[in-house]
Amino acid sequence: MPRSCPALHSRYCAKTWLPLPSAPMKHHLDFEKPIAELQEKLEELKQHPEKHSLGISFEEEVAQIEKKIEETKRQVFMNLSAWDRIKIARHPKRPFALDYLQAAFTDFSELHGDRLYAEDRAVVGGFASLGKQRVMVIGTQKGRDTKENILRNFGSAHPEGYRKALRLMKMAEKFRLPIITLIDTAGAYPGIGAEERHIAEAIAVNLREMMLFETPIIAAVIGEGGSGGALGIGVADRVLILENAYYSVISPEGCAAILWKDRAAAAKAAEALKITAKHLLELGLVDEIIPEPLGGAHTNPELMAQTLQTDLLKHLGEISELSASDRLERRYAKFRAFGQFQEKSPASAAPSGNGAPEAHEPLAPSDNALPADLPADL
Amino acid sequence: MATSSFTKKTLGLETAEPAVTPPPAKGNTTFAKKPMLATAKSRKREIPEGLWTKCPKCSTMVFDKELDENLKVCTHCQHHFPISSRERVQSLIETGTFEETDAEMTSVDALNFTGVASYQSKLRAYQRETGLKDAVLTGSCKIGDHKVCLGVMDFKFLGGSMGSVVGEKLTRLIERATKKALPVIIISTSGGARMYEGMFSLMQMAKTCAALAYHAKARLPYISVLTHPTTAGVMASYASVGDLILAEPGAMIGFAGPRVIKDTTQAELPPGFQTAEFLLDHGLIDAIVTRKEMKPRLIDYLNYLTAGQKTADA
Ligand SMILES: [Zn+2]
Repeated sequence: MPRSCPALHSRYCAKTWLPLPSAPMKHHLDFEKPIAELQEKLEELKQHPEKHSLGISFEEEVAQIEKKIEETKRQVFMNLSAWDRIKIARHPKRPFALDYLQAAFTDFSELHGDRLYAEDRAVVGGFASLGKQRVMVIGTQKGRDTKENILRNFGSAHPEGYRKALRLMKMAEKFRLPIITLIDTAGAYPGIGAEERHIAEAIAVNLREMMLFETPIIAAVIGEGGSGGALGIGVADRVLILENAYYSVISPEGCAAILWKDRAAAAKAAEALKITAKHLLELGLVDEIIPEPLGGAHTNPELMAQTLQTDLLKHLGEISELSASDRLERRYAKFRAFGQFQEKSPASAAPSGNGAPEAHEPLAPSDNALPADLPADL
Repeated sequence: MATSSFTKKTLGLETAEPAVTPPPAKGNTTFAKKPMLATAKSRKREIPEGLWTKCPKCSTMVFDKELDENLKVCTHCQHHFPISSRERVQSLIETGTFEETDAEMTSVDALNFTGVASYQSKLRAYQRETGLKDAVLTGSCKIGDHKVCLGVMDFKFLGGSMGSVVGEKLTRLIERATKKALPVIIISTSGGARMYEGMFSLMQMAKTCAALAYHAKARLPYISVLTHPTTAGVMASYASVGDLILAEPGAMIGFAGPRVIKDTTQAELPPGFQTAEFLLDHGLIDAIVTRKEMKPRLIDYLNYLTAGQKTADA
């Protein structure tokens, strides 16, 4: 993966994942280059005011360059490709879950362990306050340097991470605390130990259990939403996504390797898979896009955290107003509706999008086989 | 926690990547009479005009008729060959009791997927090739005395990958079972979520598990049977949350593909890694059941799983 990701490539050796000795301190994505050049020019000018151009005052030139920077930024970030956005989502300086726990939440009190096997530091969780609201927060956590990345396993959780998340969510359910999950993972860890301790089951159980928690749940994809590893903490009343985050069934590189037989076709795969926030909103797969500062979350983490807090509070307010049974019914209906298919042969029927109503056999309310709170529109 | 080496880290975690490459669309047309054998694992020798199949495990040439009569299990070494979903259904149910549901449901190209080949043309090719509409058959049937909602996947159709159709048919099956207070049995074989449907495919994991959550809440039995191969998105959803989880001998079962694991960890995979036997030894499944034994065992398990319900009803 790092082979095809310039942002990371510029910092780490693709083979050893150690920082390159000549690694530049700043991380410019290729499309950020024109902006960076202007910013450098501005810096240069500010350092040496006497060097301003002829026929124009220093102040005027500064203002001109600043204006140009804003224009260029707008131009660049209005026209990002899916692949560009993935680069932003994977930007090493992008705020991670713990950054938001510091900036968008207060009083984070971390809780550790799955009570079964280990403490998985690719998943963080614990009590925190969101505004005045006490909540349980769970997030997948990446590292910013090699040492941190080893600790965090590059944000890829083992089964223990998902089981810790489940333990904390059960506690939140018991004590009626809303649950907020912050998703930022390339995927669950594909390792021997992960298989031996049944990572598939750990994820699957979370999918099932999260559907039944009465407490409000909000999931926010803050960076990478990597497949089952993301979904494993992603079943929620509201699924939000940051403007430059992505959420995908498979990594673009993996898709490219299988369908194009070439990992370098990742940009094409990223486009085809429709994994950007905008695409997902259009397809009805996420509820809302949380806007990022111009240039991406990493350019203004404080503002990003503020926006995230505001949005989380708004959604939490809305879903908290519902009765528990309403919430469960809607959560079920929301996930139930995902899918597009045809009921009859292509010639005779139009596609029935998002769970065509004729698909459902109406349920007799008196049916004793039903649990009392089974969504009525089954 | 595994402290496997971090000498090389591949972040592209293809959790939904089919761990087993689906068979090519162009099938083994020479043996058109036996499409159920035209799968990736069974190698046909060209010489005896399609009457014999070489067992990949013991290398014995097995008479095809013998294989058919033995539920596609090698008569010499008990190797379990792939079996079509229709044959599987017939091997499990009381004759004539299968009422297929949603038989006409087909996939649509929701993303307008622009890859090397179009999704539409792939679907049509597989439909032609396999005679199936998609990768799962669902319906109600009787197994012994038990009325059961049964779902059977078919690896031949795009590697048994799960898109909206697989998810929707199974979800309806489970919902019907909940409504009618019936057990669910799902026989899985899948390379994972279907890439061509992007996030719609991933969401089928949540959708099926959601339906199973309510089925379980109603204290109804769900038996998951894992057959060769069951991996990735299917394994990380409905296949792993059965009250009972059974597997066929030798089946390859896992979350990530072995190649991905090897590339990521740079570690040697332990012998028998991700086989049914490996899963049993690690406490991940209830039992390994041979194909021939499957039906009586399912009946036996259902007898236990429904005994309490019958007592409660009485
Ligand atoms: Zn054999």
